[in-house]
Amino acid sequence: MKPLENLVVLEFCQFMAGPSAGLRLADLGARVIKIERPGKGESGRQISIKNLFSGDDGIVFHTINRNKESYAADLKSPEDLKRIKKLIEQADVMTHNFRPGVMEKIGLDYETVKAINPRIVYGVVTGYGNKGPWASKPGQDLLLQSLSGLSYLSGDKNDAPTPFGLAVADMLCGAHFVQGILAALIRRGKTKAGALVEVSLLESIIDFQFEVITTYLNDGGKLPDRAMRGNGHAYLSAPYGVYKTKDRYLALAMEDLDTLGETLGCYELLEYKGSDSWFVYRDDIMRKLGLFLKERTTAEWLAILEPADIWCADILNYEEFLNHAGYKALQMEQETVTATGDRIRTTRCPIRIDGERLFSPKPAPMVGQHVKDIERDFNLSAGYGNAS
Amino acid sequence: MLMIKPLEDILVVDFSQFLSGPSASLRLADLGARVIKVEKPETGDICRQLYVSNLIMNGDSSVFHAINRNKESFVADLKSEIGRNEVWELVKQADVVMHNFRPGVMERLGFDYEAVKLVNPEVVYGEISGYGDEGPWRDKPGQDLLVQSLSGLTGLSGNGDKGPVPMGIAIVDILTGAHLAQGIMACLVRKGISNVGGLVQVSMMESIVDFQFEVITTYFRDGGEPTVRSLKNNAHAYLGAPYGIYRTSNGYMAIAMASIPQLGELLNCPALLEYQEVASWFNERDQIKSILAKHLLGGTTEQWLAILEPADVWCSDVLTWEKLMQHEGFKVLDMIHEVTMGDGYRYRTTRCPIKIDGEYLLSKKGAPKLGEHTAAIIEEMLVKHTLGK
Repeated sequence: MKPLENLVVLEFCQFMAGPSAGLRLADLGARVIKIERPGKGESGRQISIKNLFSGDDGIVFHTINRNKESYAADLKSPEDLKRIKKLIEQADVMTHNFRPGVMEKIGLDYETVKAINPRIVYGVVTGYGNKGPWASKPGQDLLLQSLSGLSYLSGDKNDAPTPFGLAVADMLCGAHFVQGILAALIRRGKTKAGALVEVSLLESIIDFQFEVITTYLNDGGKLPDRAMRGNGHAYLSAPYGVYKTKDRYLALAMEDLDTLGETLGCYELLEYKGSDSWFVYRDDIMRKLGLFLKERTTAEWLAILEPADIWCADILNYEEFLNHAGYKALQMEQETVTATGDRIRTTRCPIRIDGERLFSPKPAPMVGQHVKDIERDFNLSAGYGNAS
Repeated sequence: MLMIKPLEDILVVDFSQFLSGPSASLRLADLGARVIKVEKPETGDICRQLYVSNLIMNGDSSVFHAINRNKESFVADLKSEIGRNEVWELVKQADVVMHNFRPGVMERLGFDYEAVKLVNPEVVYGEISGYGDEGPWRDKPGQDLLVQSLSGLTGLSGNGDKGPVPMGIAIVDILTGAHLAQGIMACLVRKGISNVGGLVQVSMMESIVDFQFEVITTYFRDGGEPTVRSLKNNAHAYLGAPYGIYRTSNGYMAIAMASIPQLGELLNCPALLEYQEVASWFNERDQIKSILAKHLLGGTTEQWLAILEPADVWCSDVLTWEKLMQHEGFKVLDMIHEVTMGDGYRYRTTRCPIKIDGEYLLSKKGAPKLGEHTAAIIEEMLVKHTLGK
């Protein structure tokens, strides 16, 4: 039995952070119903990367919204709103990422919803929280990376600020959203009462930096200093980083420089006495090591380093990685088939429960695809308004 | 009335070290659980000695302090009979047991899921591995940079004219910890309904694949085309212009998705008006970005933001932590709080990012000294044990 079986989640969220949380809850066993405006549906349907679509919806939408159902409703229509409220009465969780004030106007704010269903866990995602000068700023991933100091941690010393090349604020915020919702459901199991769960992209991207921000807060406020070349982490000593070899690249993690120098036969490294100097002279050490590593191929270095238990790895691109036996052994892939018969190969949930991988063949829904099923299962059309 | 924290009364016994596991138990602690770290004598969690920027705070590394506040420390030698007996008492009473040893180690130590389940059938047992328990990478060290390097992730950040660029934070550890916390809590939800425990397994490699789910799905869809970062100003290899960070006359600015001709008009940059086709924003992004980059050098960040923000173009300044922490938008969040250790040592760190019932989840408790709570826990367990009989 999947852990969240029989739980019903109503997802009013759009784009990435909220829907990625809905996907996780779905894969863990919940029934997730997207509430979308009729016709166009959620705005994330129009987002395309590399101009790739399946039907009218971007591949990104299909990736984030598989394993969900769709119910179309115009929240400004009193009839539709009545049905939605009846659905809310029977739901365990609802989530939205509207800007502050929007749900109040519609009449589905937490206080109203709690009166309809005191057991509901009500989740809200915002960009920057609901107060302060950024409260109405667009909650877009790259902007959050830029405002939060994150872009000064990757890349090399002389590079411009270098963002993470994925929507990291969205993904982390979605993960925190799931955590908050699940924690509230655990409490509800004991107290029978629901909860309001709020997360924001800004708080999530700050939390992500908690180790280095804590360092910054306690080292007298020194700003991060990236390594000159091959930077892997602004706060870690040599050799941590990436190096060019004769034919490819090589990653080296934390390592005792004496051991590394002896193992490689790179005796220059032995001149740096004491681990403090491995941070202080990081650029010199990495430069010398870099020149040394260029002399042989990655495979040759790995053959020397791996048997000596030195933390190192080849650097792979997608083609090499996704065809590697190490990746294949994970069985990370699955295929969903859309309502129009289009096959979409994607990844699965990364969590295993009771020794089982969590697969789900259910594709992303078309707008309103499940209206009939949902009206039947939740008894929405039968005499609503005066029924018990 | 004070809020009841959602995981109040839940006991977590955590054998994990470094970052991935301990970041998960920190979240559980902040959500209200009682977390007891089981540490080996003398050195404890290796993270205590993982100094970054050569900073030592009250005997331990700054990262240890960040990751392990709000927890208790119990020292036990798992290879001695006394130590094992004590830990068995803890494990019997635990709601959650978790570790991040390499595959096979917990079996040797004797606290693997099957063994724990025998004495505590309703336990939720969480484990983290580097690469799962099969395949050629099974015994490879589960270290963040190595997993980034193997998983294709380093081909996504930085500009096209650079080599591999790692993400400069332990992204793999943090995501794996987040997923473990999710799995554990999902099983606690189920336990509340049906009184069964569960086994939760995550691996660093599966978590970092999940993180790339959008672009890996795209890679499958586009027939496996190589991942190409834009030559300059790259912020996402799979997105078109203008998505990126640009230099201005006095700093930097970020521009997310936007219409290129609209930008051309707003910024008075006629060369951009030629890109009317939406497809060209991706296909010709190097040219577009280079035109835009040159143009933006001609004004200050404030000047450009004053034009773009009112037009609802997604853009922002690029801040250091120093600037961020001076900004009212950050201050209103109260993200920084001070915690106090058992010996009175105080330090500042960040709080849990989740708000429940309108309240922040705060805890004043700093990280524990090695073995700080061993004696008290033994006494408490013995009392419970005796009363239990």
